[in-house]
Amino acid sequence: MRISPNWLREFVDITVEDSRLAEDLTHAGIAVESIVGSGEKTIFEMEITTNRVDAMNHYGVARECSAIYDINLKPITPKLAQGNTQQFPVEIREPELCGRYTARAIRDIRIEKSPRYIAERLLIEDHHAINNVADATNYTLMELGHPTHAFDLDRLEGGKIVVRRAKAGEKLKTLDGVQRELTPDDLVIAAAARPVGLAGIMGGYDTMITADTHNVLIESAWFDPATVRRTARRLGMHTDASHRFERGADWAATTLACDRVAELVLATGGGKLAEYQDCIARNPTHGPIQFDSGEVRRILGLDIPDSEVSRILRRLGFGLERKGRSTSSPPSSSAEVYKVEIPTWRTDVEREIDLIEEVARIHGFNNFANTLPSFSGAVVEQPHERPQQKLRARLLALGYDEAISPTFISNSDSQRFSSAQAIALENPLSDETPLMRNSLLPGMLDMIACNFNRGTSDIRLFELGNVFDGTTQEVNQHRHACFSATGLLDVFSVMQTPRSSDFFDVKGDAENLLALFAIESVDFVAPASNYFHPGRSAKISVGRNVVGELGQLHPDIAAERKFKQDVWLAWLDLDRLYSVPLREPRYERLSRYPSIERDFSLLLDAGMSYERLRQAIAALGIPELRSIEAHELFRGGAVPEGKYSLLLRLTFQSWERTLRDDDVAGWSQQVIAAVNSLGGSLRV
Amino acid sequence: MYSVSKLADFSPAALDSAARELKSALEDEAAAVSGEGEWKALRDRWMARKNGILTQLNDQWLKAAPAPAKRDVGQRVNELKKLVEEHIDSASARISTSGTASRLEQERVDVTLPGTRRKIGIEHPLVRTMNEIIAVFKAMGYSVAEGPEVETDYYNFESLNFPPNHPARDTQDTLIISGQQGKPLRERLLLRTHTSPVQIRTMEKQPPPVRVVVPGRVHRADTADATHSPIFHQVEGLAVDSNITFCDLKGTLDQAAKAMFGSSVRTRFYPSFFPFTEPSADMQISCFKCGGSGRLDGAKCGMCKASGWIEILGSGMVDPNVYGFVGYDAKKYSGFAFGMGVERIAILKYGIDDIQLFYQGDVRFLEQFA
Ligand SMILES: [Zn+2]
Repeated sequence: MRISPNWLREFVDITVEDSRLAEDLTHAGIAVESIVGSGEKTIFEMEITTNRVDAMNHYGVARECSAIYDINLKPITPKLAQGNTQQFPVEIREPELCGRYTARAIRDIRIEKSPRYIAERLLIEDHHAINNVADATNYTLMELGHPTHAFDLDRLEGGKIVVRRAKAGEKLKTLDGVQRELTPDDLVIAAAARPVGLAGIMGGYDTMITADTHNVLIESAWFDPATVRRTARRLGMHTDASHRFERGADWAATTLACDRVAELVLATGGGKLAEYQDCIARNPTHGPIQFDSGEVRRILGLDIPDSEVSRILRRLGFGLERKGRSTSSPPSSSAEVYKVEIPTWRTDVEREIDLIEEVARIHGFNNFANTLPSFSGAVVEQPHERPQQKLRARLLALGYDEAISPTFISNSDSQRFSSAQAIALENPLSDETPLMRNSLLPGMLDMIACNFNRGTSDIRLFELGNVFDGTTQEVNQHRHACFSATGLLDVFSVMQTPRSSDFFDVKGDAENLLALFAIESVDFVAPASNYFHPGRSAKISVGRNVVGELGQLHPDIAAERKFKQDVWLAWLDLDRLYSVPLREPRYERLSRYPSIERDFSLLLDAGMSYERLRQAIAALGIPELRSIEAHELFRGGAVPEGKYSLLLRLTFQSWERTLRDDDVAGWSQQVIAAVNSLGGSLRV
Repeated sequence: MYSVSKLADFSPAALDSAARELKSALEDEAAAVSGEGEWKALRDRWMARKNGILTQLNDQWLKAAPAPAKRDVGQRVNELKKLVEEHIDSASARISTSGTASRLEQERVDVTLPGTRRKIGIEHPLVRTMNEIIAVFKAMGYSVAEGPEVETDYYNFESLNFPPNHPARDTQDTLIISGQQGKPLRERLLLRTHTSPVQIRTMEKQPPPVRVVVPGRVHRADTADATHSPIFHQVEGLAVDSNITFCDLKGTLDQAAKAMFGSSVRTRFYPSFFPFTEPSADMQISCFKCGGSGRLDGAKCGMCKASGWIEILGSGMVDPNVYGFVGYDAKKYSGFAFGMGVERIAILKYGIDDIQLFYQGDVRFLEQFA
């Protein structure tokens, strides 16, 4: 919406310059977005909030000026000669949807071009002058904000207006030449059996003013906001009229707007006033509200004198009547209780708090002090906050860059990367990605692909985010983590040849993450889901719960995505992980006695897992056995087919004494026996 | 003192064990050397042609080995020989005084070559910005609260004073979960369009006083381009207690702005409209690029479009209707709420020209925030 400050000055004697005026209006909540032009042609580009439909016209903005500068607002009083006293027949069949319908006929007019001053003002809103009648309605809208419409009276069959719901399948060709199909949810203005206007949105094509029009009927009505909104939305229409009716027009302004249009038409087209009707079906305006000026202090924190409060409200058109001292405020306070009449154009004001806002904005937000509240209560941490911080810090320390991927994924990805039922959107942004992600992996792979496409091949990324599953009845949200590594392990050095990430790098990173939690033991169980390489992947189990998976992206999927290098992936179910407490550091007395290492060069069956071997040795229950480490692994060469060789290093230490060689020799025999029991042997 | 022992058998295990013993003795003896004389003694003991340990190895292991083991034993003896030479050399280098200058010269490195840098992960600029905002409010006594990204119409709209069919709903194009048509409006599921539902969820759970800061992801049905994204992040805040005023709102947000953008930043407030606050206020800060002058290096400042001010957040006093939905006594309690877009702040702070970069995981982009 645009405002001409020059036009405003017709209604209020503003003494400040336009630039200052723009600033003052903005600070009062009537935002001037920009100023175009200069001098008399200056135009303010406005950004009026949806609740302030009353300020979407010149007179409304002038009223704001009158409050801001405490100056008089000049009334608009159309001067009309006495018309004939005949009534124009109007019937409102839907009082809920049409509260009032004012109509005035003007006969024997000339359809002409509007005078220059009107045409120029219409240009403020880029409206091109059409004819003196249509222009009069547009001018009135810009001036005082009430939408009106003019019919060619001779084309209104039956000479009567009926406001009713459309019949199912009824059609109306609107002014823009579009044939509209109507439903009983739509309110229409009808003459005889035919609709001639879409109430509050647009008039009919067949009854519009043309060069041949001699007699006109001016409509100035009040329509129910929700009805106008529903119809306008359904038909994809948005007009100056619907914009205002949707937000609540001034019920009491129908007569003024009607008279103003009539005055302009008579002044430019001659003619004489004829039949008139002001049909009132119901009054939607609010009654008076009680207002305790002590509440201004309580909510705003500033002691604005009652004289200032009442001055502001009166300038805005509110009526104040003192009812007595405030009982809610302390006795020392001078606060009063008032009965406040709400002006009919302020459909947004219904409560005491609305009046407090009026006072605050005209007083000026920046005239309030900056203070800090005193608080009681303590900062409470949510259970997942600390584990999440620790996990994220560790992922960063492990060299993974943090990434954020979009929420939406494709049907095929949702099925491939999760067995959970994905949630579909009613109105997806794209047909390719109609689902909410049930896994972070598709997003991760897209980000990896994005990097490959841009020539980056050494990538380490992680994402912490929510995934969703469930039904249309109930959507479940789960915290997940996902990390991925591909390409060279980034140790940037001229002295070393870098190597590529492998399974054990990603597993080691997962182990480092899991080590944050007080988990007794973690099992890596092959294989993981089928989107992983079957031989290079594992489920991560904690107790009976699978908390995640890791491994190499299945080569088939990699090929589909045109990945030319191995991609390592892992995901973690953080809700499950966070249900485990964080590992708390625990001090253990250090032994004063030396430790002894023993290496065992073992020959094992190819199918024997390290974990089984480790468990068998651990099961010996030797208290002095401090650690079991796998040191070197060989296959081929001197190692027979179907076997592998493993160098195992055991460390023994006692808290009580220095271990003797025969202690260790005895344990070594036990270890060898355990190895033998698994079909393995000491390498000879 | 170590001496070469005869081998009982020539199995790999026996060889391993004997080699280990030798290695350990060698390391100990080489480490113990502290002067020229000691070094010579060490050299002679290990490397003397006549009866040096290496010679003994040759005699007692290699020559004594049965034919099948000869090859393996020979290889090991060669390895051990190399090892002995290395240790004797490095012991020499360590104790050498006359050779210091030239040795150090040999060890010289080009210090201008790049250092070996371990890869350290980089925080995402949005998470980093979000955490910075949260930290500011945590220091002011705010707890962190979170809520679901999929909400009901009730929490996202109705309880925040957006009545059904209200034009204010138009400003928040909503993504809706499929299959909701049969349900009453308030139960319909949607992707939250703001983090404000968490205000309601928090107040439902606890009586005043409330002080929370709410980070989170939100969605709107916006077409993605350089300045729009259907996904974005907000940080919301809520403070409710007895005697909280509009002046407190201003003071709190002014202090937060100074903590976030620098102590010289000024703030100003002007009226706005949000259904769930009244009065509602937008906050602007003086431009941190041009210091609020609107001009930079003699030209118009692009950051603030020469206005000297940048819009940062929306705020307001909690609307009494909202208290009605959560059972707070609006006559007794008052409070304020605020919300800001994390993307917007990060974009302003870092001068990012394409919002889509946040969601692509492009390493070249992320690396700029290291
Ligand atoms: Zn600037």
